[in-house]
Amino acid sequence: MLREGRLIKVIIGALAIVVFTANFILASESEESHGEASGHGKFDPGSFIFGHIGDSYDWHIIDIGQKSISIPLPVILFSKEKGIIIFWSSRFKHGHASYKDFRLETEGENKGKIIETLSDGSEVIPFDISITKNIAALFFSIILILIIFINVGNAYKKRPDQPPRGLQSLLEPVILFVRDEIAKPSIGEKKYESFMPFLLTVFFFIWINNMLGLIPIFPGGVNVTGNIAVTMVLAFFTFTVTAIRGNKNYWKHIFNTPGVPIWLKLPLPIMPVVETIGIFTKPIVLMIRLFANITAGHIIVLGFVSLIFLFGEIQPFLGYSVSVVSIMFIIFMTLLELLVAFIQAYVFTFLSALYFGMAVEDHH
Amino acid sequence: MGLLMPHTGTVIWMLIGFLAVFFLLKKFAWKPVLNALKHREESIENALRAADAAKQDMERLHIDNERIIAEAKQERDRIFKEARDLKETIVLDAKEQAISEAEKLIETARSNIKSEKNAAIKEIREYAVQLSVHIAEKLLQEKLAGDKEQKELIDKLLRDIKTN
Repeated sequence: MLREGRLIKVIIGALAIVVFTANFILASESEESHGEASGHGKFDPGSFIFGHIGDSYDWHIIDIGQKSISIPLPVILFSKEKGIIIFWSSRFKHGHASYKDFRLETEGENKGKIIETLSDGSEVIPFDISITKNIAALFFSIILILIIFINVGNAYKKRPDQPPRGLQSLLEPVILFVRDEIAKPSIGEKKYESFMPFLLTVFFFIWINNMLGLIPIFPGGVNVTGNIAVTMVLAFFTFTVTAIRGNKNYWKHIFNTPGVPIWLKLPLPIMPVVETIGIFTKPIVLMIRLFANITAGHIIVLGFVSLIFLFGEIQPFLGYSVSVVSIMFIIFMTLLELLVAFIQAYVFTFLSALYFGMAVEDHH
Repeated sequence: MGLLMPHTGTVIWMLIGFLAVFFLLKKFAWKPVLNALKHREESIENALRAADAAKQDMERLHIDNERIIAEAKQERDRIFKEARDLKETIVLDAKEQAISEAEKLIETARSNIKSEKNAAIKEIREYAVQLSVHIAEKLLQEKLAGDKEQKELIDKLLRDIKTN
């Protein structure tokens, strides 16, 4: 039974990867054609890769021939002159047109940003809280997470003290893993309970977003957990919880580290400074690790896709033959990324739990 | 949009989104899930403990049973032994009693015989006296004939007595 299930999973995974690569091939073809249309002529792997891992004002789905299909997303701007302005990103026509006094910069330092032309002719960047591709994907994943876990929660309410069933039995081992392998050993048997909701939320948020990022077709494939703003907010919460829950003992360790010779504290407060920096470096490392790992995975996969087109430009048949090797590497990388998706969620949660554990540790 | 520069809009939406997920999941998912898991674990633990206790009870009962059986066997043996002893003593007693009874009977018989004998002797004596008197009477009445005849008569009488 189990082996059969595994086989089915592998087949589904392989199919997904085929679709994934097919999607990218189509997408990159359009990039190419776009490039040709705007006069560049050549396939640019840099803009191709960063176009996929970066953010944008519309959600690009597929290109068929010359026609690009994408979902327009709402642009929300706060302008000093005009107040709140909301309009669909389709108004920009992929940067070819401007709307009112706003245009999408396609060149230079502010490439990809919305520029407002003020009445005196000067150009500024308005305060921008648009629902971009990343945020739309974030909302999608949030809705997905809420549906999944509220369902699971209701299942536990409805059938108390009974063996788990369906989605429950899929997620219960993971929930128990977070509780028994992450929270309990790091925070301690007595104090772990109040941190469980945060740790579980962080774990599943990262894990599910990581995996959604691996799905090549809409609405997946968006680099949400590889976005530094997203990881920054996650790390910020870890930092905040640590700081709020930190007890006397924790702060004493930072400002008056016990067991350290006095000349390291006075007159130059070397240890307190180092420890204080440590408070901030811990969440910053969390932020960068998650961002870098997920983004790197996306870049590698996209890099292998780019190879096909780079060789294809030299000679179409060279492109075809390279595609065989590339796709094999892409399959391998995607499987690896599936593992990384879990490991990064685990590492982020585990380190958060360790920091919480330090914050609430009693004097020993 | 720079890859390494966090975009303010994204930060704001992420803050709102994550907080919403956190609070909604905390209320509607993690609380029931964690409570249910804890409750289930507790009930399993209780059930295991109860099973353990029942097993121990069973063992104790088993030991008790064995003890009771052993005690019963001992009791039985004791009763048998007692019965055997009792039987022996009863038999012994009976024997003794019988012997003493017999002795008593013999004794009484003996004394009876003795007294009977004495009585008989006494009677014989009386009878002998009577007889003597009777003989003497007869002798006195037969004084008629000579001495010789008297002697013969006396002898004959005496012989008669003796044979009697």
